[in-house]
Amino acid sequence: MSKQRIEKLKNNVEKDQVHSASHAEAKTVTDPMAIPKMKRRGFMIGATAAGFTMAFLPVALMTPAKGFAVERGSFEPTVWYSINPLGEITVNIAEAEMGQHIGTALARIVAEELEADWQDVRLNYVDNEARYGYRVTGGSWSIWQNFDLLSRAGAAGRKAMIEEGAKLLGVSPLKCHARRSKVICRDKQVSYQEIVQKGDLSRRYSEQDLADLQIKQPNQRNLVGTDTTALDIPDKTRGAAIYGIDAHYDGMVYAKPIIPPTRYDSRIASIDDRQARNVAGYIQTLQLDDPSETVPGWALVIADSFHAALRAEKLIKVTWNNGPAANVSEADILQRGRELIEAGKGSTVVDDVVDGKHVNEWMLDAQEVIQAEYTTSTVLHFQLEPVNAIGLERNGMWELHTGNQWQSLSMPVYAKALGVKEEQIIMRTYLLGGGFGRRLNGDYGVPALLAAKALGKPVKVVFSREDDSRFDSPRSASVQTLRMGFNAKKKVVAFTHAAAAGWPSEVMADFFLAEGKNGEKFDPFSINGANHWYSLGAHQVTAVSNDLANKTFRPGWLRSVGPGWTNWALESFIDEAADKINVDPIMFRLQHLSSRGKNAGSYPNSIGGASRLAAVLKRASRLANWGKQLPDSTGMGVATTFGQERDMPTWCACIAQVHVNRSSGKVTVQKLTLVLDAGTIVHPDGALAQTEGAAMWGLSMALHEGTRFEKGQVVDTNLDTYTPLRMADIPEVEIEFVDSDYQSVGLGEPATTVVGPAIGNAIFQAVGVRMRDLPIRAADLKDALASLNRGTKADADLNQLV
Amino acid sequence: MSVKLSVNGKHRELDLQQDTPLLWVIRDELELKGTKFGCGIGQCGACTVHVDGVAIRSCITPVAAVEGRAVTTIEGLDAQGNHTLQKAWREAQAPQCGYCQSGQIMQAASLLLSNPSPTDAEIITSMNGNLCRCMAYGRIKQAIKIAAASEVGDE
Repeated sequence: MSKQRIEKLKNNVEKDQVHSASHAEAKTVTDPMAIPKMKRRGFMIGATAAGFTMAFLPVALMTPAKGFAVERGSFEPTVWYSINPLGEITVNIAEAEMGQHIGTALARIVAEELEADWQDVRLNYVDNEARYGYRVTGGSWSIWQNFDLLSRAGAAGRKAMIEEGAKLLGVSPLKCHARRSKVICRDKQVSYQEIVQKGDLSRRYSEQDLADLQIKQPNQRNLVGTDTTALDIPDKTRGAAIYGIDAHYDGMVYAKPIIPPTRYDSRIASIDDRQARNVAGYIQTLQLDDPSETVPGWALVIADSFHAALRAEKLIKVTWNNGPAANVSEADILQRGRELIEAGKGSTVVDDVVDGKHVNEWMLDAQEVIQAEYTTSTVLHFQLEPVNAIGLERNGMWELHTGNQWQSLSMPVYAKALGVKEEQIIMRTYLLGGGFGRRLNGDYGVPALLAAKALGKPVKVVFSREDDSRFDSPRSASVQTLRMGFNAKKKVVAFTHAAAAGWPSEVMADFFLAEGKNGEKFDPFSINGANHWYSLGAHQVTAVSNDLANKTFRPGWLRSVGPGWTNWALESFIDEAADKINVDPIMFRLQHLSSRGKNAGSYPNSIGGASRLAAVLKRASRLANWGKQLPDSTGMGVATTFGQERDMPTWCACIAQVHVNRSSGKVTVQKLTLVLDAGTIVHPDGALAQTEGAAMWGLSMALHEGTRFEKGQVVDTNLDTYTPLRMADIPEVEIEFVDSDYQSVGLGEPATTVVGPAIGNAIFQAVGVRMRDLPIRAADLKDALASLNRGTKADADLNQLV
Repeated sequence: MSVKLSVNGKHRELDLQQDTPLLWVIRDELELKGTKFGCGIGQCGACTVHVDGVAIRSCITPVAAVEGRAVTTIEGLDAQGNHTLQKAWREAQAPQCGYCQSGQIMQAASLLLSNPSPTDAEIITSMNGNLCRCMAYGRIKQAIKIAAASEVGDE
């Protein structure tokens, strides 16, 4: 079942790629790192009957059941919105609402083309039904992948409204226009509400009709790009927003996990619950048998309340036969990555030859070569709402009540766990108390469904914070080696970058793996960022799957994924290179950012190419007053990113100003300046909030948070030792967006990955110490300063001459 | 064991163990879901409620400790949900995922009760125990300042 589903998915991904390749927006050069985007329309096309071949058009518009579906007097021209006889326009949101105010942004796109009065618009976060197509909220893709689809859906409705409104007014539709939920012809007008009540809105649009729909020019827009307030916010100020953990189902019992010592291969040897039996409300301890192997070695404490389950759990003794990961530490994982890189393992993702010479030859011929190793620690998602789910069976259908970012990945897993067809499971949608990639992996739904099946009643599983941390799919620790060769004229001629980490897609979504130039598979998400837009001579990128990481834990997608580590290394190392040849770090970057060759960019997503990155860099430099005189132990550092994917770049530059306390090693970030070019901005304040949050995440992961594996588990499981950024730690932040009409791209993630390297580079400017391990810990910086003061090298691999 | 509670002005008598954390009583027994569970050790602030007007962490407060005292949750802060801080929160567009925000608002309300015009440093001291994982701290701070300014203006 699961395999078939993935095959289907794969086919659909491939189909979508084929469509892309045949159109103007196709990339001119085949890029193995191009991630097949989960365009909803592509999947919907794949999901419909055989012989249905019209690509690129929203399927809901093409296959109205009986003309337009007119139910209960409502007008529902597409699956994406409806207008009822009260004139209320309800936009269906298939994306997960997890803080990005995505419902508001998507509804603005619909309302813009529909010419809806924004006051009439409501949001409906839909359950998981086939008609909404492929469901995933991640990758900063939501606006990018929905802009055209929802614009056309809105425009189709406007066209129908004008046609029917004109009839009611007794005029030609050519003399009418729509505005604010009204069809207007000179001094006459009729509201959408009246049209829905009185008009005959049954329609069937041909393919050509849809292609001919007039989509607005940027200067005709009234809502997109205009300030508004987010529709999800008021409830969140009143305690009225409903998250998965707030769900209730009559007759349900509560369950608290008992998490085994290792993610895989732990088997329960014994359960002793004799002492717990005296706890009021305790029902039983349930050992799970999981055909999907998502929760091996698990037991659940079942009780009539969660507090009873918490109380009982303390009295239950479970022993396990541990799996081999029970002795693995963070150091082992990093060492394994190091060994794999040194052994030349991995997938060759980029391998550019310049002037007929391979990168290896350029390195051999180089006058000087610099090399450095960078590492990052394990990072927890620590979304504030611990994962949870209610599982139940009703009328032969299974239900799962939970927040989720990737329903379409989770469903086959649930089906396998239950031994039923996907069609027999429905996921009910809730707000997410934080996503950050944690809920792309819906593993926490499995124990709820298994328990509901075993007990024959609804079960609500709530993870304690410690359970959540231990069952997290954290951001893998990483180790990276970078080398750069200079010729006799101090020109960069060769650059290699190898990165080893646990790969989420290999473990959970192997249909996303791509093939490198040496035939080895790689996870694009885990090496994104290394395929940068700088022109740095012969370029080679190697992606290495850390098999020990993959076996020890389940690596997860965490806000930005790969660039969280690749950009830390890349942008720090670029500064090392600039320093090597005594060039200002911004000047060095600008010298190597040109829209030529593979860095030219292409229409529509990356139009302009590297010059757009240069533009945000220049702007940030001016805003931050780069080069100004700063006090002692204070410095400015710079970094850039293009977001996650070359074929959907969000151009971003960051300048950090930091102060280093030389006696304690403590770093204080005084100011962050960010400039972004994300093309068309739909919801300006939402875009700003996403960028603020992403930048603070970057700061948090640079200085405040990080954990390590010991004995096969993360050491830090709660806020007593895991210490994300707090209010006292926030710097002054200045953010500017480039005013642009280009294709909308994404903003949830990009700013996350510039802050760390900008801080590292600022520390170097402030005190002359190069930090290469993330997070940057005060104790390490203090040691490095002491080494520097002793006149020795800061650490063993500082700018080694090879 | 019978426990007498006053929550949002309503009196309730519940059969509970005395050491039951107040958070679970509020959420699962009284079905007031606005108060959230985040860490369970009193260090994230998502579970913040008022006891006699003072912010406390309900996840580490045994229910017996609040017997005979007035408990206020986010639902009881203002009948219409239009407390000065709630309005300021909307003006600043502070929430992202929103999960921590009931606790943030209750913590801030307690601060403004005792200190109607806090300085930045006083805001940070009071709010630093409330984690916002979306890291919307800048807007939370801004919202508190908006609320404080409007309260002063009202006087």
